[in-house]
Formats: sequence, structure tokens, C-alpha cells
Amino acid sequence: MSRMRLATIWLDGCSGCHMSFLDMDERLIELAGQLELVYSPLVDLKEFPEQVDVTLVEGAVGTSEDEEKLRHIRARTRILVALGDCAVTANVPAMRNPFGPQACLARAYQENATRNPGAPQDEVPRLQTRVRPLHEVVPVDVFVPGCPPSADVIFYVLQELLAGRVPDLAGRSRFGA
Amino acid sequence: MNAGIKTLRIDGRDVSARADQTILQVARENDIFIPSLCYLEGLSPVGACRLCLVEVKGASRLLPACVTRVEEGMEVTTRSERLDAYRRMILELLFSERNHICSVCVSNGHCELQSLAERLNLTHVHFPYRYPRLPVDASHPRFVADHNRCILCTRCVRVCDEIEGAHTWDVMGRGIEARVITDLNQPWGESESCTSCGKCVHVCPTGALSEKGRSVAEMAKRRQFLPYLTMMRTQAR
Repeated sequence: MSRMRLATIWLDGCSGCHMSFLDMDERLIELAGQLELVYSPLVDLKEFPEQVDVTLVEGAVGTSEDEEKLRHIRARTRILVALGDCAVTANVPAMRNPFGPQACLARAYQENATRNPGAPQDEVPRLQTRVRPLHEVVPVDVFVPGCPPSADVIFYVLQELLAGRVPDLAGRSRFGA
Repeated sequence: MNAGIKTLRIDGRDVSARADQTILQVARENDIFIPSLCYLEGLSPVGACRLCLVEVKGASRLLPACVTRVEEGMEVTTRSERLDAYRRMILELLFSERNHICSVCVSNGHCELQSLAERLNLTHVHFPYRYPRLPVDASHPRFVADHNRCILCTRCVRVCDEIEGAHTWDVMGRGIEARVITDLNQPWGESESCTSCGKCVHVCPTGALSEKGRSVAEMAKRRQFLPYLTMMRTQAR
């Protein structure tokens, strides 16, 4: 049997879910024999490959770049997993939603700037009006709440997917975790 | 008070109850779980959150267990696919209505909304979130009211009125605009009726009312006092 092709990506989030992924510790060695990590912030590949079995997506959709990446990933992924509260609920990144991006940029780059005030224009992706959870943009197959989901929960999810089952997260993790 | 005994069935189990008891009270006495958020033992029930809706044989609609009295021969179902779906929908609507961001909430890990979502297997919210812009009132020297986390259960309103006797809290506005207020929508810190007793804080099911100085996940509520206060007052009358 060929190894499961796994990708992970990090959109509008803090990398905490990836830290939790690494917290699987020695279980990573066990997993390494069963899956192939084809794309991730943890490996140095520039292009998201074709025909990925499972992609763990950390973070919400906050910029046009996030949205493009997510749509691209969705088209190339069989099972898309919303990993953690930012992906599932938009969580902390969505705290800017009641105020709008302009007010947030002004607070960060004008009002509190001590030198060279002004928000960056061209070098970085534009903030969208609202930060959204993944499933408001593309269909999501598995939802894993938690901020972050524990290493045990991530291990459980991967084990179930490796066994060809849909993980049942009921009672295993919660918003806020 | 009618002291008669009624016999009924809850989820196929025969249970007996006093005639003045509600379905919810009898279920809890018998360790049968019915979810609720606005109900709190010691306060008058209002049937506002609708989470305790149950199926009663012969009734054409679902009935809120917290305000429905037991009847002889009643057959109650507390769990079904239909009830589960409605309860999850209610929770999803609550989550989408305001800004409940569990990960950075003072009540993370001690919140009834959060733990019910976990217990009812809610893994995500199907409705688009509203992200309203709501105030945080930190004008009181000891307490904070964060309207982002309020679910309008009115426990604070009832405990302040029925137990403390101050009636500092009430509800203003209608529908989606409704909000709990102190006095005549004045800052809490300027309220003349508030006795700063803190009962509202401790009956609040979420992080909407908290003690100042509590950081994320530090606001555990202590509400054991309530049934005793109610009992003492009932006996004193």
C-alpha cells in the first residue's frame, strides 16, 4: 500500500496548531512510516503538489492570498481538515471583524507608529473585509476544534484517516480547548 | 401547594414526582441529562434558551422541560435526532450571534455554552457569524460586563431581582438588538442600585460577567450559594 500523501498549511493563524502537531513527539516517527509529508511549512517545497490525500489547514481566511491558496489546495486535496479554532471558527483573527480592516491598519500602522507611519501597500496581501472560517469559502471534510487541538487529538485524526475512517471528533476536543 | 405524587415515564424509565415539579427538576433528580442554559436552580424558570425542549407523547409541539409541570402518565423523551438537531442549532445560533472567542475568554474551560457545545458534539457553526460591535463595560470597580459573550439568559436579571432584591439588571431593546443593562442603561460603575454583591457574576453561564483581574480561563464561577439562599428564605417566610 502506498503511503498517505499528507500536506499541512498555515493561513491566518499563529502556528500553534503546527506546534501541537510537532508535540506528537515520538509518534511522529511512527507516522513517518505510514505517510509522506508532501507539503508543509515544516518542509522546504514551494509548490503545492497534485493529488494530496489529506491536507491539515491551520488558520482562517483573512487575505486574498489565503483565499487563493485555500481554493488551490481544495482542488488538489481529497480530504480537507480544518485544524484548530482559527480554521473552524475564525477565532482570534476574526476579532478584527467588528471594526473592519481599515481601522485595524490605522491602529497598528498610524496611531501607534513611532516612525515611518502608514500601512504597507504592495508588498503584502490585502486584508479582506472579514476574516472567515474555512467552510465559508470551500467545503471542509473534517472539523477539529481546539486552540490548539492537542497532540493526542491530531494523532487520533491522522490514525483514523490512515485507517480509512472519518474521524469522529465528538467529545474529543472543543472550542478554546 | 399540591403535594400529590405523579408517576410518569422519562426515556422509558418510570419516575415519580411531586405534582408541583417540572420535567427538568424530575429529570435532574433522576440523573437524566437535559441541556439548559437559562435555567438555574434557585431562580424562577423563564424558558428562554429552549435547549431543554423535550418530546411529550400526545403534545403536538416540543415543550420546554424547565417550565412544564409533570402530569400523571406523561411520556417524555429527552433525546432524539430531532431534539439533538434543534439543540445544536440553538447553540450554533448563540455562537454566531455575538463574539464568543473561547480561546481568549476569561471563562474558557468554565463556560456552560462551551461545555454544552462539546457535550452535544458541536464541531463547527453552519451559520455565518454576525460579528456585532458590542461594548465592554469595565466601569465597575470590581466587575466587568462583556456583551460580546452574553447569551441573554437573564440569570443576572433574575438573581439581582429575586435574591439580592436590587433589580439593577434588566433587558433593553428587542430581538437581535436586546441587551442586558444596569439601571437605566447607565455604566455599571455609576449604578445607584447595585450593591456590588457579585451574585450576577457567579450565576452568569459564560464570560459575559466576570471579576476584574481575571485573565484567560481564570474565571471559574461559584454558584453553590444559590439553592441555600433560596431554601433559607423560603423557610423564613
